[in-house]
Amino acid sequence: MQITITVNGAEVTRDVEPRLLLVHFIRDHLGLTGTHWGCDTSQCGTCVLWLDGQPVKSCTVLAAMADGHEVRTVEDLEVDGRLDPVQQGFMEEHGLQCGFCTPGMMMTTRWLLDHDPDPDEATIREAISGQLCRCTGYENIVRAVRWAAEHPAVDQPEQEVEA
Amino acid sequence: MTSTEHAPPTTSPAGNPIGFGRMLRKEDARFLRGQGHYLDDLVLPGMLHAAILRSPVAHARITSIDTTEAEAHPKVKAVITGATLESLNLAWMPTLSADVQAVLATDKVRFQGQEVAMVIAEDKYSARDALELIDVDYDVLPAVVDAHKALDPDAPVIRDDVEGRTDNHIFDWESGDAARTDEVFDKADVVVEQKMLYPRVHPAPMETCGSIASMDRVTGKLTVWSTTQAPHAHRTVYALVAGIPEHNIQIISPDIGGGFGNKVGIYPGYVLAVVGSIVTGKPVKWVEDRSENLMSTSFARDYHMHGGIAATRDGKILGLRVDVLADHGAFNGTAQPTKFPAGFFHIFTGSYDLEAAHCKVTGVYTNKAPGGVAYACSFRITEAVYLVERMVDVLADELGIDPAELRMKNLLRPEQFPYTSMTGWEYDSGDYPRALQLALEMAGYDELRREQREKRERGELMGIGVSFFTEGVGAGPRKHMDILGLGMADGCELRVHPTGKAQLRLSVQTQGQGHETTFAQIVSQELGLPPEDIDVIHGDTDNTPFGLGTYGSRSTPVSGAAAAVVAQRIRDKARVITAAALECSPDDLEWEQGRWFVKGDRTQGKTIQEVAMLSHGTLELPEGVEGHLDASVVYDPPNLTYPFGAYICVVDVDPGTGQVDVRRFVAVDDCGPRVNPMIVEGQVHGGLADGVGMALMQLIAFDEEGNCLGSSFMDYLLPTALECPKWETGETVTPSPHHPLGLKGIGESATVGSPAAVVNAVIDALEPFGVRHADMPLTPANVWMAMQGRPMRTDLAVR
Amino acid sequence: MQTPAPVDYARATSVEHALQLLEQLGPESRLIAGGHSLLPMMRLRLARPECVVDINDLTDLDYIRLEADELRIGALTRHSAVLGSPVVGEHYAILHDAESRIADPPVRNRGTVGGSFCQADPAEDLSAVGSALKATVVLRSSQGERTVPAREFHAGPYETVLGDAEMLTEVRIPIRPGAGSAYDKVKRRAGDWAIAAAGAYVVLRGGEVADCGIGLTAVGAPHFCAPEAEAYLVGKPPTEEHVAEAARLAAEACNPRADQRGPAEYKRHLAGELTRRVLLRSVDRAQGRA
Ligand SMILES: Cc1cc2nc3c(=O)[nH]c(=O)nc-3n(C[C@H](O)[C@H](O)[C@H](O)COP(=O)(O)OP(=O)(O)OC[C@H]3O[C@@H](n4cnc5c(N)ncnc54)[C@H](O)[C@@H]3O)c2cc1C
Ligand code: FES
Ligand code: FES
Repeated sequence: MQITITVNGAEVTRDVEPRLLLVHFIRDHLGLTGTHWGCDTSQCGTCVLWLDGQPVKSCTVLAAMADGHEVRTVEDLEVDGRLDPVQQGFMEEHGLQCGFCTPGMMMTTRWLLDHDPDPDEATIREAISGQLCRCTGYENIVRAVRWAAEHPAVDQPEQEVEA
Repeated sequence: MTSTEHAPPTTSPAGNPIGFGRMLRKEDARFLRGQGHYLDDLVLPGMLHAAILRSPVAHARITSIDTTEAEAHPKVKAVITGATLESLNLAWMPTLSADVQAVLATDKVRFQGQEVAMVIAEDKYSARDALELIDVDYDVLPAVVDAHKALDPDAPVIRDDVEGRTDNHIFDWESGDAARTDEVFDKADVVVEQKMLYPRVHPAPMETCGSIASMDRVTGKLTVWSTTQAPHAHRTVYALVAGIPEHNIQIISPDIGGGFGNKVGIYPGYVLAVVGSIVTGKPVKWVEDRSENLMSTSFARDYHMHGGIAATRDGKILGLRVDVLADHGAFNGTAQPTKFPAGFFHIFTGSYDLEAAHCKVTGVYTNKAPGGVAYACSFRITEAVYLVERMVDVLADELGIDPAELRMKNLLRPEQFPYTSMTGWEYDSGDYPRALQLALEMAGYDELRREQREKRERGELMGIGVSFFTEGVGAGPRKHMDILGLGMADGCELRVHPTGKAQLRLSVQTQGQGHETTFAQIVSQELGLPPEDIDVIHGDTDNTPFGLGTYGSRSTPVSGAAAAVVAQRIRDKARVITAAALECSPDDLEWEQGRWFVKGDRTQGKTIQEVAMLSHGTLELPEGVEGHLDASVVYDPPNLTYPFGAYICVVDVDPGTGQVDVRRFVAVDDCGPRVNPMIVEGQVHGGLADGVGMALMQLIAFDEEGNCLGSSFMDYLLPTALECPKWETGETVTPSPHHPLGLKGIGESATVGSPAAVVNAVIDALEPFGVRHADMPLTPANVWMAMQGRPMRTDLAVR
Repeated sequence: MQTPAPVDYARATSVEHALQLLEQLGPESRLIAGGHSLLPMMRLRLARPECVVDINDLTDLDYIRLEADELRIGALTRHSAVLGSPVVGEHYAILHDAESRIADPPVRNRGTVGGSFCQADPAEDLSAVGSALKATVVLRSSQGERTVPAREFHAGPYETVLGDAEMLTEVRIPIRPGAGSAYDKVKRRAGDWAIAAAGAYVVLRGGEVADCGIGLTAVGAPHFCAPEAEAYLVGKPPTEEHVAEAARLAAEACNPRADQRGPAEYKRHLAGELTRRVLLRSVDRAQGRA
């Protein structure tokens, strides 16, 4: 079947099998490999992206179900060579090690801060509780979210992207 | 002032520290943008996709396999069975422990999830579809599930592939002095015994294992992209297994989404991808799904231990002994130095000054997945630390002495180092009481005990758990340690280019530890180059020197030392070149970060960058000195390094439900100097979460038929942000005397040290119920059952 | 990663269209709402519908409103919307208690109330809530609409009274002025399904329990409820002793099964302990203490 999805602001149309999972559509058909997968049972959250403005587990959505809808992935966080404060926060606070859970974590964080610009630690932990990280023990992810909360983009001076 | 003018910079132009210090990671740039290249992100032209059919049962004879229908599937390119492999003499492969493992089952399946056939298709959905078209007949046999029954005379023999084998016994191994230990136990005022299980767990990195094999039929070159922590070791194994000349094999380890020991071994899937590429002439990708990962690739632990501890009435520990039944699964595939069938378990005397110790380990086959050494265990030091730290608490309980006080009383004292343990380890350095003292202060231990007393009066359950650990990491000295005959020394190469920018080539492989940053900082420390000017290259056997890879916390102790030594060689060479340029004697020169200068005259000197250009230029070099500024080294560690630490965990237990809440966790680690304190702390955090996970929820159990009960993240529970407290970390610094920079390694410390602290805390909380021990994981059910006086047997199905 | 078996896909544009599609496609077709129960089963190939009928465009089924002394929740309402709804919180704290313990935030953004009821997983949280609150569900087919008490909706594990071409459109919960309610769940970890969970509401009059409801999940409580315990409590003052006895009765009526979450003995204990806790909290809330 043919589907059209707005991915990171641009419409894409592809022929797919109805059974194709959204995560595979994004990764294998569009080559946006920043969104990962890590389980068979919808528990790990490495596949989290936004569907119509909300974080969802893209392994548990058919690509067909996203036909006509909007998807946003980690590749859309950096704008015009400027890192999103969430990305910067993960770097500043060492919120990532192997980086595998990171895109999902950052997409949830961006959503959280859009809805609660000053979340406390308990709120942050709850928000990321559907996503597993094996490396960081979560502490530095919490700090990264706080960093981003304390450095919202509007107050940021133009900053150079580190290569 | 001239001295200020010439003082070496402490920060680089990019704002990074020169040498050691907190520095943001270089590798983050790609990961933050979703631009990492993990294995499943890679796509090669014409690439095919493989899927593996696995046994649904734990023990059965295969009576027939029919692949006709699968082969007829329009998108299927090949179906490979054990029979195919037998014809190529590839049905069995050597394990890392002198055993063999079936690549695809030929005669029998021996664990649930064992590889039976492989389908190669145009896409992964079709490959998965075709698995359902393969028809296998199994003649089901009784399974050996309970390790304690593996040696029963009537137990089914699992390994009848080995001629003459009549039982499931793998090895007996012992260490220490049995007779002397008996004497000590006989004379002791108090002897306490405790049985305990370190259950089967799985490292479960977020990225599962996988590989892409591409055999170029024209050149005969095999390229394998693989989730491997040890690319060079894998290359050699492929050469030995498949008979492909080693120079025609290139192993590339792309970005790895966590390893923790899961990605050390060679799994049948990797070999099958190679076979698949040979058969089809196309690149073949195989990536495990999560259930395959949990059911078939390296598990860890499964040690059934019976410990005994002997002491005087006033709390001087005299002796320790332990009998271990080690469940190795259906094939003995533990990844550890060859001479140590129980890994480094015999370091089980821990951090204490004893008179005698003895351990005996018996390995057995069961109808479970093979493995045993994985998951940040420092070659079974996790099991050893857990044993001794639980035994000390059991003793404290018996004697009525506070567990922190009992530890303080028995810890090795600083003046005893270097210390030779009762089982032959030479601990390099340590100041244990200082670390424990710091942890007690950070935790506010006395205050916590007061709070606990008050709560107990109100019927509330609060527990405080202490653990102290010593690890031996950085395997290892060539004369003692090898894997498959390969010595455990690491190569390292450093090239400083004419403009003073450098490339460092490592044999080890990061899985998130931040090698690209840490190793640049090590070179920066030794040469004064800005770390951003040093590119770290790793994970590609064609482009890096040989070495055994990253596991057992060996990167910093071994390859870190190699990087320091290779940088020092460059520095020495720079001295000679500087002397030639300044027309003085090398002896007249003095080093400060980044440059050689003439003693007494700071204005006369050359920076490393200037030397780099000179060395590549036309400067006339002294006799015997070659041009360019390159060096290479093979570092053979003289000993292991011995990081240590003191951990304190505080828990609250809900008496009505058995739920455990980890309220606080204090971790004081001593890994010698910290190259990048930010990264070191991150390593500790991750390990502490592992400790909470193993102590409270992670478990691979089996039912009576040998069905795996932890085969998905629904049942194999990993801790989330809500189960982890805010970690409170502290440090002491006791350098290793034999590492060139004093570094000791930190990658596994917290995983090794923390489970005992959590368990000790929970058991402490349950004291009003008279509970002395319960096995991990301390799930709500298990805790509640322990409160009823019936703690659960956690390796078998819950009844 | 595991992948679903081949399947057809159809998208419904209205309730009538959805029902029509189900009729046309026959019993091997399935509605898909959030997909967070169905797709995991399809990926593991434990479910193999021939066609899925996507009802996510039926946004007219996505609502929470007060009507005719009832709280009415449309079938397509997501868990996160229930959790975020002040109206829900005002009338039934039990729903917020429960929703905050169902799955995890991204799953709650997709999973729906209707899907939860229709999945009929023996550990489903909303089933216990529906039974506790004596809700009714509204079912639609081409024959028309019928209402069924939540306590009669589930016919067994993974089974409901829904006909082949019938769908759930709404959940109705009577508003009970002054009622206090609560939900509690013991799980092995955040995001895990219940080892056991209980929910309750209590209406007090003149120092006595005038009306109450008790729901339980994951412990083999028939129809997710505990009528004996409710009957015992009504007409009595909500003392610790009476509540404890009601909890004991609730536990006794359960039929838990041992699994990796725990032995039956423990689950039965939890059924009692949690019933006790949610009843006491409901009483506190009814009295404005919590
Ligand atoms: C990781 C994870 C953890 C979870 N944890 C919990 C938990 O702790 N507690 C809990 O209660 N649930 C839990 N769930 C389930 C979650 O709440 C699901 O979203 C919910 O059970 C089903 O809702 P859905 O909309 O996703 O249903 P779907 O998956 O879309 O559908 C489920 C079933 O209901 C049918 N159906 C759906 N809508 C209708 C309708 N309107 N009329 C008739 N039939 C319909 C479908 O045909 C299908 O058979 C979890 C799910 C996941 C993935
Ligand atoms: S892949 Fe694990 S939740 Fe989606
Ligand atoms: S950084 Fe490795 S899983 Fe989170």
